[in-house]
Amino acid sequence: MTTQTTAPKNTGAPAQGDTSGLIGIPANLGRALATGGGILTVVSTFLAWTWTAEFPGDLTVYGYPGGLQVLVLIAGAVTTLFGLASYGIKGLGWLAPAGADAALKFAALAAFATTWYTIIAISAQLGGVVNLEPGGYIAAAVTLIAFLGALALPFERPEPDPFDPDDTGWDQFKHTSSHNWQTIRAAFASKEPRPVRALPSSIEILIIVAVLALALLVFTYGIGTEYDELFVGFLIVSGFGFTALHRSGLISHATEITARHQNITICGAFIAAACFPFTQSDDQYATLGVYILIFATVALGLNIVVGLAGLLDLGYVAFLGVGAYAASMVSGSPSSPFDLHLPFWAAVLVGAAASLIFGVLIGAPTLRLRGDYLAIVTLGFGEIFRITANNLDGTSGPDVTNGSNGISSIPDLKILGFDLGISHDIGGFTLGRFANYFLLMLIITAVVVLVFRRSGDSRIGRAWVAIREDETAALAMGINGFRVKLIAFAVGASLAGLAGTVQAHVTYTVTPEQYLFAGTTPPNSAFLLAAVVLGGMGTIAGPLIGAALLFLIPNKLQFLDDYQLFAFGLALVLLMRFRPEGLVANRRRKLEFHEEADAPAVLSKTGA
Amino acid sequence: MTTDTTTKDTAPGAPAPGTTILDARGVTMRFGGLTAVNGVDLTVNSGEIVGLIGPNGAGKTTFFNCLTGLYIPTEGEVRYKGRVLPAKSFKVTAAGIARTFQNIRLFGNMTVLENVLVGRHTRTKEGFWSAVLRGPGFHRAEAASRERATELLEFVGLSAKADHLARNLPYGEQRKLEIARALASEPGLLLLDEPTAGMNPQETRATEELVFAIRDKGIAVLVIEHDMRFIFNLCDRVAVLVQGEKLVEGDSATVQGDERVVAAYLGEPLADDPGAAEAAEVEAAEAAQASSAPDTPESSEADTTTDTAAGKENDR
Repeated sequence: MTTQTTAPKNTGAPAQGDTSGLIGIPANLGRALATGGGILTVVSTFLAWTWTAEFPGDLTVYGYPGGLQVLVLIAGAVTTLFGLASYGIKGLGWLAPAGADAALKFAALAAFATTWYTIIAISAQLGGVVNLEPGGYIAAAVTLIAFLGALALPFERPEPDPFDPDDTGWDQFKHTSSHNWQTIRAAFASKEPRPVRALPSSIEILIIVAVLALALLVFTYGIGTEYDELFVGFLIVSGFGFTALHRSGLISHATEITARHQNITICGAFIAAACFPFTQSDDQYATLGVYILIFATVALGLNIVVGLAGLLDLGYVAFLGVGAYAASMVSGSPSSPFDLHLPFWAAVLVGAAASLIFGVLIGAPTLRLRGDYLAIVTLGFGEIFRITANNLDGTSGPDVTNGSNGISSIPDLKILGFDLGISHDIGGFTLGRFANYFLLMLIITAVVVLVFRRSGDSRIGRAWVAIREDETAALAMGINGFRVKLIAFAVGASLAGLAGTVQAHVTYTVTPEQYLFAGTTPPNSAFLLAAVVLGGMGTIAGPLIGAALLFLIPNKLQFLDDYQLFAFGLALVLLMRFRPEGLVANRRRKLEFHEEADAPAVLSKTGA
Repeated sequence: MTTDTTTKDTAPGAPAPGTTILDARGVTMRFGGLTAVNGVDLTVNSGEIVGLIGPNGAGKTTFFNCLTGLYIPTEGEVRYKGRVLPAKSFKVTAAGIARTFQNIRLFGNMTVLENVLVGRHTRTKEGFWSAVLRGPGFHRAEAASRERATELLEFVGLSAKADHLARNLPYGEQRKLEIARALASEPGLLLLDEPTAGMNPQETRATEELVFAIRDKGIAVLVIEHDMRFIFNLCDRVAVLVQGEKLVEGDSATVQGDERVVAAYLGEPLADDPGAAEAAEVEAAEAAQASSAPDTPESSEADTTTDTAAGKENDR
């Protein structure tokens, strides 16, 4: 793969080789087409695209974009902005610190893909292109023009490797196609962003607030999409749009600014998350919110075990189960064997302590194993927990967990006289049951984030990373490997138990079948691990984003039905192929000052 | 040859105040039916640089692993400052013996400073709760550790690269970082396993200066090396290990003049042993031992799972 390393270098070097665009339109015309196409795309969303309201989202109104048109409007507006920025218009320079061309290509691709997806969906659902109004054709045409114009923008072509004359036809084909692939990659690549100018800290904080508000907006929109098509459109626009922002260098600028004010960013992120229930008029999407939060919190706890200490734990959901069972047994539920109703703070301690003990009991014998062996043994213990909970039903064993019926009718929590089970009016906003639990769960998440951050950046956290990197060397440096790993295991377990105590109350019922190794509903061991790996190991934001996506996608795309796990597997394979470090790259990888060390070949070390 | 003269200056002085800090008596390491190290006695006095040389496969690294708790010697005992060393490598480090590895084993994805901070692990106490609660004690300890680590980086000349990832360092600097990391555990005895392997003459020279500077800090050094000029410049005493047994021990002149050493190095087989075949056998047997023996968990698992190059490391 020598060509892969040469491609980015060529893009960085000025005036080298051929700099024409991917397709043979003059660059000036292409730029004008892309920018103009962006403007026209915005205009076209104000037209009617179809004549009937049968297609969801009401695309029939002139002068008022609806449903998918809004997404196209956003993509068109972004295309226009990047187009104008690529002309070097004063005041738009901040938009593209790494050059606007690649960003323009992705923005135009976002508008093009969303529009064409909409057009095709309308035609397919309603039976033929006859259902399109002229506005639909116009939108399709202008987005295509904009995209083609963007493709004509010049870029640094990679130098082709010379042919080996002895090559067979198949080798030549491989050679040519790999070079073509390099060219396409180079066409969408961008330069290194210029460094961030020193701004007054008040302005930087304002930028952080704006970024967080935008994130909240995107999340709220995504969670509130009402039908499959809109969610697919949302995924297309946010995926390509995010890439466009990344290529323009805005994302790296934003991360640099947030890195300067980490505490403010984290506090701000929690405030933004706490605002989420207030943006909702009913409890419908707050339900999704609280489930996402439970899933994300447990994934973050797993990230301590997997991401920091490098211990592959495939039975992690059992700790969530232990916490949930422990909390439900002391909750005063009628099916609990103990007639005990502890206050919430005590129930939380009981849940976390039970998980801690379970974690140490499992960890003490298994942590002498490494890598794959540990994974298999933890997988086994996870299943043992579920089967045991199933059998402690009074017939196969003592009656503790009420068998497969589980512990049901868990009463709602009352904290300091505040009943989380009923709606409350706060300052004109109505907070329903799930909104209350969302806010409670947010506190638990904050605790987990705090533990993750503080323990990660300390003597114990460095010992975890050292063990992950090279256990023999870590031992020779005086680290008591077993003890340190057991601490990681126990901390991860008790954090999961903490989340479990809230989960028991949110779901009313705790049954063994909620704690599978793999299933279609997210909090299971396989999905937890996937959330960590997809999001980015060793980061805070990674598992949160990964968990949100992994929960929302199966939940929103109901038409996938039986193909959910298939689609999940496919997405995992693609992501691991093209972005093995996960969606959010680890801080350690950002520390690489040397361009030659850019290869993300880190997964093999931590993964197993 | 300035260092040569410094050696001569300090060599007579050093052993006199030096008390024995490392005392290995009759260390024998058998892997199955094969004896890799056979009844080796070695002492290191404080403030002394001792060299350990021998042909490939002579058992030098095996002997090192016996000293640092990676292997438990089949027979014999190792005393450090009068106490028998514990059998776990992290306890050995805590007792005051630090080591580097023949093939560099840094924590590649940690920064240079973090690598040294990991070395401070045994000399700090802050646990999980301290890290989460962040009381004043935590901040004080962390600041002290960072200060000490920065000092050490300055000492080895890496302070400008404190924020780089360890794996991005050039080879020679990685060796220096390994030494800094070992020094961070505040050892009384430093074991260096081929510190100049793969270095050019200038780098070797710099390493020589570094080892003298370490000795001047009052840390005894035991060094394995194949570079004879380096060894004879550096060491107050040199021990020669051939086929698991100590052949000769003494100052540079004694060892250089010994016929048996020359014979061993030039490949003239001693007695009835075909040297190369024996060495290969030792390696094979150790590898077998490593993958099967339950009583050496650290080394065996490292060999098979974590590091592809580890086999070479532990088996020499």
